[in-house]
Amino acid sequence: MKLLIRGGRVVDPGRAVDRVMDVLIDGDRIGLNGTPDRVVDAGGMLVVPGLIDLHTHLREPGFEYKEDIASGTRAAARGGYTTILAMANTQPVIDNRAAVEWVLNAGKARGVVRLLTVGAVSKGQKGEELAELGDMIEGGAAAFSDDGNPVSSGELMRCALLYARMGDKPVIAHCEDRSLAGEGLMNLGYWSTILGLRGMPWVAETAMVARDLMLAELTGGRLHLAHLSCARSVEMVKEAKARGVRVTAEVTPHHLLLTDEAVNTYRFDTDTRVNPPLRGEADVEALLQGVRDGTIDAIATDHAPHHLDDKEVEYAYALPGIVGLETTVGLVMSRLVDTGRLALGTAIRALTAGPAQVLGLDRGTLAPGSPADVTVIDPAREWTCDPSRFASKGRNTPFKGWQLRGQAVLTVAGGEVVHEGIA
Amino acid sequence: MGRLRSHDLLGLREMPAEEMTLILDTAESMREIIGRDIKKVPTLRGRTVVTLFYEPSTRTRTSFELAGKYMSADTVNIATSTSAVVKGETLRDTARTLEMMGTDVMIMRHPVSGSCHLLARVVDCPVINAGDGMHEHPSQGLLDLFTIRQKKGRIAGLKVAIVGDIHHSRVARSNIWGLTRLGAQVTVAGPSTLLPPQVEAMGVKATSSVDEALEGADVVNVLRLQLERQKGGLFPSIREYSRAFGVNRERLSRARPDVLLMHPGPMNRGVEISSEVADSSHSSIEEQVTNGVAVRMAILYLLLGGGEAA
Repeated sequence: MKLLIRGGRVVDPGRAVDRVMDVLIDGDRIGLNGTPDRVVDAGGMLVVPGLIDLHTHLREPGFEYKEDIASGTRAAARGGYTTILAMANTQPVIDNRAAVEWVLNAGKARGVVRLLTVGAVSKGQKGEELAELGDMIEGGAAAFSDDGNPVSSGELMRCALLYARMGDKPVIAHCEDRSLAGEGLMNLGYWSTILGLRGMPWVAETAMVARDLMLAELTGGRLHLAHLSCARSVEMVKEAKARGVRVTAEVTPHHLLLTDEAVNTYRFDTDTRVNPPLRGEADVEALLQGVRDGTIDAIATDHAPHHLDDKEVEYAYALPGIVGLETTVGLVMSRLVDTGRLALGTAIRALTAGPAQVLGLDRGTLAPGSPADVTVIDPAREWTCDPSRFASKGRNTPFKGWQLRGQAVLTVAGGEVVHEGIA
Repeated sequence: MGRLRSHDLLGLREMPAEEMTLILDTAESMREIIGRDIKKVPTLRGRTVVTLFYEPSTRTRTSFELAGKYMSADTVNIATSTSAVVKGETLRDTARTLEMMGTDVMIMRHPVSGSCHLLARVVDCPVINAGDGMHEHPSQGLLDLFTIRQKKGRIAGLKVAIVGDIHHSRVARSNIWGLTRLGAQVTVAGPSTLLPPQVEAMGVKATSSVDEALEGADVVNVLRLQLERQKGGLFPSIREYSRAFGVNRERLSRARPDVLLMHPGPMNRGVEISSEVADSSHSSIEEQVTNGVAVRMAILYLLLGGGEAA
């Protein structure tokens, strides 16, 4: 099957392409020429490499009432994603080769888009013993992380970076000093004082960022920092990159768009409860600047679906997390690109070539011969964020009711149309 | 009498000064009823008041209950330790169940900040916050304002010191909003680990010197020290706390000679407050309890839309 996407504005930041041109999909690859079986008119549309999410919680196995591989990958397709990386904090934890292979096979059987998986750093994500990283790499693990459970032991982190280096896989760090974070429910600052909610100081993140950057320097391992939230973290990553440390970093849309004031604005709505917590204005500015100057490589969703039963409870009892697969394009396009806070090419890079590079994938590009992962975004489509219409089982988003502009209208993953039309 | 603009009483932070004054003025008439031999008016006859307490309480719960009873409301008290909550029922389900039985107003205390906001979202009847976590305790704030106004004749221009564990105190927060809105100058004092960050942005002065805070004060409000906080390392020992931050006769002598001494109770005598000052003529601690009933009568009356005048 040859599909021609005609006349769109092709933005392919990995190749510095930004011009109106046609894209031909030839089987499972981007083609050069040939007679198409089908033509899609993309006039006025953006044609970009299929989006890649470095941080998705699919909840299967174990928490299928929150999300499963079928619903999560369907949500990904609707959001314009063609590759997503599942986190390992399921039940059981993905901490061995059999589990890695199970996820990858389930992804092939039930997944709508390409599913990659993280393997746990430690057995059971308990932070004690190193999991069988080598075996998991053979089984296809794309990276390692105890995300959800920060690796408190510096020695375990050192070993993980050093060991994963043999397979050239990144270790993804959820940077949080547990004792400093304590029982914190939001950022420690003015709003935690006003609202009487226990606060997590920014140092809970930056202390661990500092440790992990130095461990990456010490070991020569590849470190990827998940969901950065603080200005000082960005500063340290920039400095480490300048020194040649092998580090990459991501930021979520919610940390780029909201501050801790949202807990007040939304009157203790538990959809504002997220880890790391929403921070201050200066942090948001520094994170945006980090995306602009390339210190931050990727915008990742940290898609964390929860059931209503886990959210419609008292603030302290609610589980932290926000869904993002179906909102990221609209949020990034309307609130960051249209407002001039991020250049279009920078934003698309952070959703495509940036994350591809973090994982060393041959994706995130529309170069002929590349895998046929293509997303067409209608930048003018206006829509209201209505969680009841999500394909995801998770409805937990503080962006509910937001008027957005820009939506994926066609998603092609591996040459197959996996989403088309009005979401 | 006027009406409250808001449907619920969740906190004092967003309450306009005129509404606070309306509640205090209404409480004056209520105070008179409590002084009668027959403390019963028909104002809330046929209305049902439910107290839902997820934390232990003596004075707040009892004073809301009596406030309802003095106005002829039917009152029901639910302590969660003996309710379906111990079977794992959610706040939403408990609240909806109570509302379906015909509750006209729900009064809740809860250990988690913001829980009354959640309650107000899931029920239609008015919600009164009887203390939520570290957030607010508006009826306590109002009764403290009432007591100060009663004793000092005014609130504007007074120097008020709030002493103790400011960080974990919902009483402190509600007092700060009420006092500053009505024009008092507020200083908060306590060990630096128990002063929340950027507390001065609430419109108060903050200091770790109790002596400094008490200097020339018209009113000193001493907060209860939650002794379980000591485990968290926020202060080294009760002994050291008492020596450095406890309010005793010597410290109190820095305040104005006619200083009014308050404490929301229950007191840890010999810890945050010495018995000699707690029981002195400066103390309004017992008066606060009586005023608490009057203020809560006023709150119920105004939130339930009055009825025939008291």
